[in-house]
Amino acid sequence: MPYGPHTADDRARMLGALGLTSVDQLFDDIPVALRASRLDLPPPEPELELAARLSGLAARNRTDLASFLGAGVYRHWSPPAVDQILLRSEWYTAYTPYQPEISQGTLQSIYEYESLLAELVDLDVVSASHYDGAAATAEAALMTCRATRRDRVLISRGVHPHYRETVRTYFAGRLELDEIPLITDGESAGTTDLAALARLLAEPDRPVAGVIAAQPDFLGLLEPMPEIGRLAHAAGALFVAVIEPVSLAVLAPPGAYGADIAAGEGQPLGIAPQYGGPYLGILASTDALVRQIPGRLVGMTADLDGKRAFVMTMRAREQDIRRDKAASNICTNQALLALAASVYLATIGPHGLHDVAALGAARAAELEAALAAAGAPRLHPGAYLNEFAVRVPDARAVHRRLLDRGVLAGLVLADAEPDDPSLADGLLVCATEVTTPIEIARFAEALSEVLDGRPPTAVEAGAGAERRSAVGVVR
Amino acid sequence: MVPTDLRYTNDHEWVRADGAEATIGITAYAAGQLGDIVFVELPDVGRVLEQAAPFGVVESVKAVSDLFAPVGGEVVQANAALAGSPELVNGDPYDAGWMIRVRLSDPGQLDDLLDAAAYDALIAAG
Repeated sequence: MPYGPHTADDRARMLGALGLTSVDQLFDDIPVALRASRLDLPPPEPELELAARLSGLAARNRTDLASFLGAGVYRHWSPPAVDQILLRSEWYTAYTPYQPEISQGTLQSIYEYESLLAELVDLDVVSASHYDGAAATAEAALMTCRATRRDRVLISRGVHPHYRETVRTYFAGRLELDEIPLITDGESAGTTDLAALARLLAEPDRPVAGVIAAQPDFLGLLEPMPEIGRLAHAAGALFVAVIEPVSLAVLAPPGAYGADIAAGEGQPLGIAPQYGGPYLGILASTDALVRQIPGRLVGMTADLDGKRAFVMTMRAREQDIRRDKAASNICTNQALLALAASVYLATIGPHGLHDVAALGAARAAELEAALAAAGAPRLHPGAYLNEFAVRVPDARAVHRRLLDRGVLAGLVLADAEPDDPSLADGLLVCATEVTTPIEIARFAEALSEVLDGRPPTAVEAGAGAERRSAVGVVR
Repeated sequence: MVPTDLRYTNDHEWVRADGAEATIGITAYAAGQLGDIVFVELPDVGRVLEQAAPFGVVESVKAVSDLFAPVGGEVVQANAALAGSPELVNGDPYDAGWMIRVRLSDPGQLDDLLDAAAYDALIAAG
């Protein structure tokens, strides 16, 4: 039985009013080759059998691994209050409420999110959130073009490859995107090549709207953000900083080094790693760009009786008013996840966030020493916070063998950056405050076994066998 | 009756020609239709405008409209007072509420515009 609200009679009446005989005629504008003819689904199954099958599929997830994977998504401890508050059904919407008179609670939560993030990034304006860090970065790139009336943006290859790809998609066919290479050797290897940036900015008749760089960069290294910003501004371009929010407890915030816009992924703020999201796009700017920032903005005001009230503001940028000239037409809010970030920041506090960042950095230093002793030295000499690349010959095969030993050895850099030969032997690994010394020792031991060609120890072999039996349930 | 010394467009901008330059704003009728104006976005000095191209945005509490250049030319001045007091456009649209001053690229374009009587007829027709 279909769960549609319309009866056959309803549909016949509506089609009659349109002068049509079938619903399919409504889709005539879509070429036949592009239409789905049928959904490729298996036949229906009884609920109990289906539940057993889904449990079997879920059991294929490896929950036994010691994980050193970051690369844009980070594991952190989250105060229980975060999930507990998120469980309240009053919050269950991704959207911003249009009727302030019945939505003060939601509006206040968004206002608090904006205020907390503004303090963290040290900029004036924060949007109510975007889909994810990649989408926020693409919107930041578009902002620079609107504000400067120029159509070319420079993005460092130190920005996450997925973010670069997303910006490229947003720009396709209408705006230019050039990549700034990274330095390949020496003390600054793996960070943005400032000389190359200066050359790209100086190309005649190709004015630049914005320069985008990430702090820390994709390889975990610290970028010379003030210098990048100075070069951008000297050429009349705006400067976009792609940030990781937890790092801002110990690193200078974008506002302190002259960034005009900050964009980044809010997942590290109380949101568990999830395959494909949903995540939280952070976007912030200076007051000068408030009419260019896309997405909802919630402000605080007073009602007729002088009482504090929260309302959406600066609405004239938005698509329901400005239609095709809106600041963005792809800017659904992530209100529930923004709430998670607010509760996380409010409960953990500034000192707590500092501890999280500092402990992650300390664990990463332990990890660096342990991996170097096991035969995998760092790939770059520069400063990092809690993520770095190590050199491992035949990295993809080693990564696979470590999985069999219960270790998720970060990211195979050749998969993420196949065009960069300097990363061919690289694994990108990270540590956070939830990384334990025991896990670090397990990684180092397993790595030296793999590199020496020794068989796994008994404990690791047991973990692998348990996993294989779980997979066996599925088939 | 609108001021007789100005020229007008169908989009409700006015032009005050003054030798090689011209001052541009929006009419009292336009300001009244928009309601309380809260923001006016104007071009930077030096930008060269084509006739009929959008040169800015006027935002009121209930609507946002593009501003179209009645004549082409280089922007030589923009009314900085509107940044802090956009309500000047409602209160004094033909004088203190002016928006930009341009150096005319083709004074002949002034002949494309409506005179006061024609513009009066336009707004009378609604």
